[in-house]
Amino acid sequence: MSAPATAAEVQTIAAARLLREARSVFIGVGRPSTAAILARRLYNPELVLIYESGTIGAKPRHVPLSIGDGELAETADAVVAVPEMFNYWIGPGRIDVAFLGAAQIDRRGNLNSTVIGPYEAPKTRLPGAGGAPEIAASCGEVVVVIPHGRRSFVERLDFRTTVGFGDAPDDRARLGFRGRGPTAVVTDLCLLEPDPETKELTLTELHPQVSVEAVREATGWELRVAAEVRRTAAPEAEELEALRGLSAR
Amino acid sequence: MSAPKSLSEAIADLVRDGDTVALEGFTHLIPFAAGHELIRQRRRDLTLVRMTPDLLYDQMIGMGCARRLVFSYGGNPGVGSLHRFRDAIENGWPHPIEVEEHSHAGMANRFAAAASGLPFAVLRGYRGTDLMRHTRVATIECPFTGEELTAVPALDLDVAVVHAQEADRDGNVQLWGIPGVQKEAVLGARRSLVTVERLVDRLEPRPGGVIIPGWVLDAVAVAPSGAHPSYSLGITERDNDFYKAWDAIARDRDAFLAWMEEHVIAGGGDR
Repeated sequence: MSAPATAAEVQTIAAARLLREARSVFIGVGRPSTAAILARRLYNPELVLIYESGTIGAKPRHVPLSIGDGELAETADAVVAVPEMFNYWIGPGRIDVAFLGAAQIDRRGNLNSTVIGPYEAPKTRLPGAGGAPEIAASCGEVVVVIPHGRRSFVERLDFRTTVGFGDAPDDRARLGFRGRGPTAVVTDLCLLEPDPETKELTLTELHPQVSVEAVREATGWELRVAAEVRRTAAPEAEELEALRGLSAR
Repeated sequence: MSAPKSLSEAIADLVRDGDTVALEGFTHLIPFAAGHELIRQRRRDLTLVRMTPDLLYDQMIGMGCARRLVFSYGGNPGVGSLHRFRDAIENGWPHPIEVEEHSHAGMANRFAAAASGLPFAVLRGYRGTDLMRHTRVATIECPFTGEELTAVPALDLDVAVVHAQEADRDGNVQLWGIPGVQKEAVLGARRSLVTVERLVDRLEPRPGGVIIPGWVLDAVAVAPSGAHPSYSLGITERDNDFYKAWDAIARDRDAFLAWMEEHVIAGGGDR
């Protein structure tokens, strides 16, 4: 009998399950990458994995450390230059789903990956935007994979690097964005989805053994909870085994 | 392009204090050997341009080469922070640096505009973000449709330095694997240097191969393993263990300086 699933493993598996129907997914580094590779392995062998290094249709057998590891280029259907990646592939909305991480998220799914503290004198200098702003604007939909806690789920971002729904439900249309924006936020506690009207992130699914109270406690704003909250199906043995196999090198 | 030069001679000829320099390579083919030569020759007040500063600019910033940094993602991919980059911005060590940051789409288009000889490039981007207020971009209206778009200024590069797998004896260069923005950097800069893993008699066509003709380059220098700890697809592998180990080395100022002294200052130079 293998060890029970950790919260991080449940998060990764819950994110992977969202890719059952997708044709293509754009992947950031870290847990989003693990989830997408797992989805291709388990549920959707035709899933096209796209990394901002220019590798389209990569087929990694392990989770790469960087988005530009050699295995991604060697197994890709096409390898393109960075201007082509953003101008021909991401910008026109050719990619179904984007899997992104961030340091902070707010109730409208806006993301910060730039600074903690004031921009001119940051307390913590984070890596910065990378591809996220245009990826989130243009991919068909966005799934945010982020740890749940009061440091990451904040009332107000220190810096808005990437627009989720902006400040109002029609902001994306006003800004001319082509994609639908965040459709899910997957954390180590739960899954949140935007309210269809207000676009405010709403708790819709709890991971096994997590309470609504625990999610409220870990959220830096007054959390909206759906009338009926689903329960994430516990990871199957096959899912856990595949995930652990990917992570072990 | 004349005959291949030594790396130290090429750097001495092409890069001056105060220059705006792009050492490019997107995760792959990062020109570490050339950057280390810049450190050894003690270039100062450089404006360092790179989409992903990576360990190379972490080292150059920590060794005091940079006055200004232009970038779009300053992390150690898959590992965490670039501690020398953070220390310079958060604490001004070894001296304060100016920062101009963009998104990847913005930077890629700035390189493409430079290569095209145009003053700016246009994209759908930046809108609704705080980046708009903190960097050099402008909103423009499409003259045909009236759509509001974002303009990014072309990069103004004195020198581009890239690494490739091969050059022939006439200085024509071929690289393959992840091509990043290397071609755009070379064509967008006033001067350019390519370091290569090896010289060959003839460039053999490779799938996805990018050829840069020797006549648009100023210098080619041979630098075997010159991308380490990044890699040259088909010849060397990315040293992921080193990328992880760098976190501890760079976290501490003294450990960083000792490492640089041992491995770059004393241990480096022409082979």
